[in-house]
Amino acid sequence: MDDVLELTVAEALRRIEDGELTAGEYFDAYAEAAGGDELGAYLWTANPGPTATPPPPESETRRRRAGDSLRGAPLAVKDIFCTEGIETTAGSRILEGYRPPYTATAVRKLADAGARLLGKTNMDEFAMGSSTENSGYGPVLNPWDRERVPGGSSGGSAAAVAGRVAPWAIGTDTGGSIRQPASLCGIVGLKPTYGAVSHYGMIAFASSLDQCGPLTRDVTDAALLLRAAEGRDACDSTSVGIDGGVELPSREDLDGLRFGVPRELSAEAEGIEAGVSEIFERTLGKIRELGGEVDECELPHAAHGLSAYYVLAPAEASANLARYDGVRYGLRADADADLIAMYERTRAAGFGAEVKRRIMLGTYALSSGYYEAYYGRAQRVRTKIADDFRAAFERFDYLVTPTSPTVAFKIGERTADPLAMYMSDFCTVPMSLAGIPAISIPAGLAEPDGGGAGLPVGFQIAAPAFDESGLLDAAHALERAIDFDTRPPGVRP
Amino acid sequence: MISEEECREAAELALDQLPLWVREKIGNVAVIVEDSHPRHLMGIYDPVGGVQRIVIFRDTHPNAAEVRKTVLHEIGHYFGMGEEQLQARTKMFCGCELSFGDRPNTHTCPVCLAHPGVLPVINEQAVRYALQIALALESEVAPRSIFHRKNYFYPDNPKGYQISQYDIPLARGGWLGDVRIHRVHLEEDAAKLTHVGESGRIHGSATSLVDFNRGGTPLVEIVTEPDLRDPAEAREWAQLLRTTVKQLGVSDVNMEEGSLRCDANVSVRRAGAEQLGTKTELKNMNSFRFLERGIAAELERQTALLEAGGQVEQETFHFDPRTASLTPLRSKEYAHDYRYFPEPDLVPLAPTEEMLRHAREALPELPAERRERYEAELGLPEVTARQLAFDAQLGDFFERALAVADGVEPGVLANWVAGELSAAQRHFGPDGREVDPAHLVAVARMVVEKRITHASGREVLHTLIDPGSSVGDPEEIVKARQLAAVSDASELEAIVERAIEAEPAAAEKVKAGNPKAIGPIVGAVMRETNGRADGGEVMRLIREQLGLD
Amino acid sequence: MIDRKQVLHVGRLARLELTDDEVDRMSGELSTILDHVERMNQLDLEGVEPTSHIVPLENVLRADEPRPSWPREQVLEPAPDPAEGAFRVPSPQA
Repeated sequence: MDDVLELTVAEALRRIEDGELTAGEYFDAYAEAAGGDELGAYLWTANPGPTATPPPPESETRRRRAGDSLRGAPLAVKDIFCTEGIETTAGSRILEGYRPPYTATAVRKLADAGARLLGKTNMDEFAMGSSTENSGYGPVLNPWDRERVPGGSSGGSAAAVAGRVAPWAIGTDTGGSIRQPASLCGIVGLKPTYGAVSHYGMIAFASSLDQCGPLTRDVTDAALLLRAAEGRDACDSTSVGIDGGVELPSREDLDGLRFGVPRELSAEAEGIEAGVSEIFERTLGKIRELGGEVDECELPHAAHGLSAYYVLAPAEASANLARYDGVRYGLRADADADLIAMYERTRAAGFGAEVKRRIMLGTYALSSGYYEAYYGRAQRVRTKIADDFRAAFERFDYLVTPTSPTVAFKIGERTADPLAMYMSDFCTVPMSLAGIPAISIPAGLAEPDGGGAGLPVGFQIAAPAFDESGLLDAAHALERAIDFDTRPPGVRP
Repeated sequence: MISEEECREAAELALDQLPLWVREKIGNVAVIVEDSHPRHLMGIYDPVGGVQRIVIFRDTHPNAAEVRKTVLHEIGHYFGMGEEQLQARTKMFCGCELSFGDRPNTHTCPVCLAHPGVLPVINEQAVRYALQIALALESEVAPRSIFHRKNYFYPDNPKGYQISQYDIPLARGGWLGDVRIHRVHLEEDAAKLTHVGESGRIHGSATSLVDFNRGGTPLVEIVTEPDLRDPAEAREWAQLLRTTVKQLGVSDVNMEEGSLRCDANVSVRRAGAEQLGTKTELKNMNSFRFLERGIAAELERQTALLEAGGQVEQETFHFDPRTASLTPLRSKEYAHDYRYFPEPDLVPLAPTEEMLRHAREALPELPAERRERYEAELGLPEVTARQLAFDAQLGDFFERALAVADGVEPGVLANWVAGELSAAQRHFGPDGREVDPAHLVAVARMVVEKRITHASGREVLHTLIDPGSSVGDPEEIVKARQLAAVSDASELEAIVERAIEAEPAAAEKVKAGNPKAIGPIVGAVMRETNGRADGGEVMRLIREQLGLD
Repeated sequence: MIDRKQVLHVGRLARLELTDDEVDRMSGELSTILDHVERMNQLDLEGVEPTSHIVPLENVLRADEPRPSWPREQVLEPAPDPAEGAFRVPSPQA
């Protein structure tokens, strides 16, 4: 049954439908694999065997809206999603032992469609990071090279899917937290349009940017998962869903499609490794071979995306994380202190270094006298970046860039230099600011600068808002042409 | 009548949209659609053998929205909510019922407790009410307003920020009476913090208890321009505001229960000075009396300070009603930098023409308009007009009485309502019985027609209100208590004759030209008639019999 | 540049107790990040509208319909210091 772990979810569902596999076997194979995970990918895993409380049979309406049943397919969920009664910490010690009273809408919808919770995956604390080294519960190892990071913040989800301890997973992407770890782990990661999937029950980092999306072994699975998770939610005022839903991709060519290559995020970008550039160029060649047009384009303000992002996201985070105050749930430090000391010590003890840094940065950027210089300015840069994309999409159907400037880096390599770590998101942040969908698909292996074994390189494709179906179709065609083997060396037969 | 399929779809949709923890508590609910119920019920929550069932009867549901209401209603019953609770208003950003005085933390949910991952959704009714207030104050509604986060740490502020409006409020400008309105905005209330002093678990350290029932209650903040000149004026204006808002029916506006709260910004300046002086803020004045006293105390403090050559510092005071004193809030607690920024979890509010029309149509006649109408159209004196207009209950009673006046002058009725009725109601307090406006009109008419005296009229009114009396209608009371005026001329003449005989000394003095000496004779007549004689008529008869006319 | 004094002030606003070491480190790191962020100052943003919501939605409202509240035992279950049906905290007036 070992090859069960090699199937995509779509393939496994087909086998279940054909009676070659039972949902129980499928789940148990993964539950056992997840239980034996050595990557640090999980914070909690389900036991094999039937669920103690079988999911309630879905209502007609719910079933119709959930689309094809996911038939008990195991699902790894980033620990940022609330799951009722199951510890949810967002990778933070301040929430150690916290059991939410409710389940996030995205998880609920997937469960309604038949998915079964396999485990909660490790992550950078409150999704702040690009390496998953900021987890309060230990780092995650990259299955391609265990001395290297899986990327972040959805590093646990990416490592689990790549390392064959989860068939697929959901993560969240605020500035690249799905796409960058997908890139570093050699899998597919999709950040949908802002508002496509409900935020309800997703522990907030930067509310105006956070978005839930799939991490999968191929593009079809990404579509399958997004189709069940998207939709307007009455509990989330900013959710809209995807008009017309999500179609499963089928396209095999790129005839007539125009791909723009933003100079600022490719050739002119700082710190893009030679190996990454080479794979990127090779992939552009594949697009042309498939009949697509490739041309250079401009996003004049995109290079300022990171600056705007590192004002807006920490500012929102500074407010979103104010609720962790030792009053209603979670950690309370120093019970004998006065109120202010109780707050200050609880938060000092419960938050890790990166979270503190971002809270400080965000608080400073919003504080009296600095608002206009930082926050106001960053919001205007955001407007310009969104305008840049709009203009570019008048000429092009899709925009393409490397997902990450580098392949997976060594654990500890960037922890001392926050800015170097932040640069990991250089190519992914502009799409987040513009709220548009973007997918990273594995495009090949490249040596890191300085040499070593080949590591996965991701190729990012961005589309206009709510054109997920088109984006997935294009990615599907390109994926076929690239024919990347997602199995890390350790799990290859 | 809705089709079976539509009905089922609407019911299932309503179930799907329930908050997740509710859905998970009730588990799977089967929706059964039936044509009708013999007693014309809308729905039944009917658990059969561990299966939760909601039965919806199609014939009582014209559309999907009604089906949705029934489903929510039935689910509410399942959770033990009574009919009254199901009619209740909800918090600003979650479906918890508004409450006052209930057991602590019984009206809370993950949203108003700020659990990780929750999101606010704006209460439509709160917006409608806020628009009504804005329109009533002639305030200009912003075509598009947004919510901000106001950041500060305090145990009554669970998110660490309050959702409020900042640079683009719901409405700006306007008037109430002759005071200009600066702005009107929507926000959420804080939770309730009770200080329990030294009795906490930790020896020697004071603790507080937080109750989140109130947290998240919708609030409309109304800010005036600095147009109020003295404490009495401030009090009077606050009362006008209260009546106005009460008239709108959007709030109880009860200061004791905290549904109306006033902060006052107070400053003084030298006579003739153009610039306003430095202002201080007074908080926690939970009655009109305290508002007036607080401001008076602060004016006194500032004046003394300036006259002693000092300077007013911008600070905030907490008013202590027990000692009527002002305590400055310590700067450590109050040195805030609120770091406002737009709330990313909520989208802008852009009142549509339809929303505005609905709000406008819901506006009743407001006190200022009513007073004007009473003076201009009914010719009531200003004092009476103001009293009736600014006391909504009294004013509404007057309106109902006018409707059945049938010839009784508005001025006469106004005096009865503003004078005798109001006094009698005060006398009996909340125990007093409600008076039928037609009964008051009847009393007034009998007095006008001299069938009873004014004093008897008052007595009839008291009898009508008195919870201890066996009430009848005014005519019956007059009969039962023999209050009918002695109007038979010969009978009254005989009584007057006897009274003059009984008071010869007084009679002499009157005849000698001292009209004030008539008192004892009138008194004697009134004693004999039990006050049922018309005073004017009695005087006329006495003078006639003494040969003075 | 953000100096020690500013770091301490911001730490207080954010209710974060910082060790001396953290204050020093934070001052250096935040300054480096802010230097990078200030590259935005090269841009001419005159007349550009700020974006606070990327999805053009308006008037997303909820009907004023009560929902069952959460059972109190559950409300208080995760509380660090529940007492008398409420959440106990050190008094702000202490």
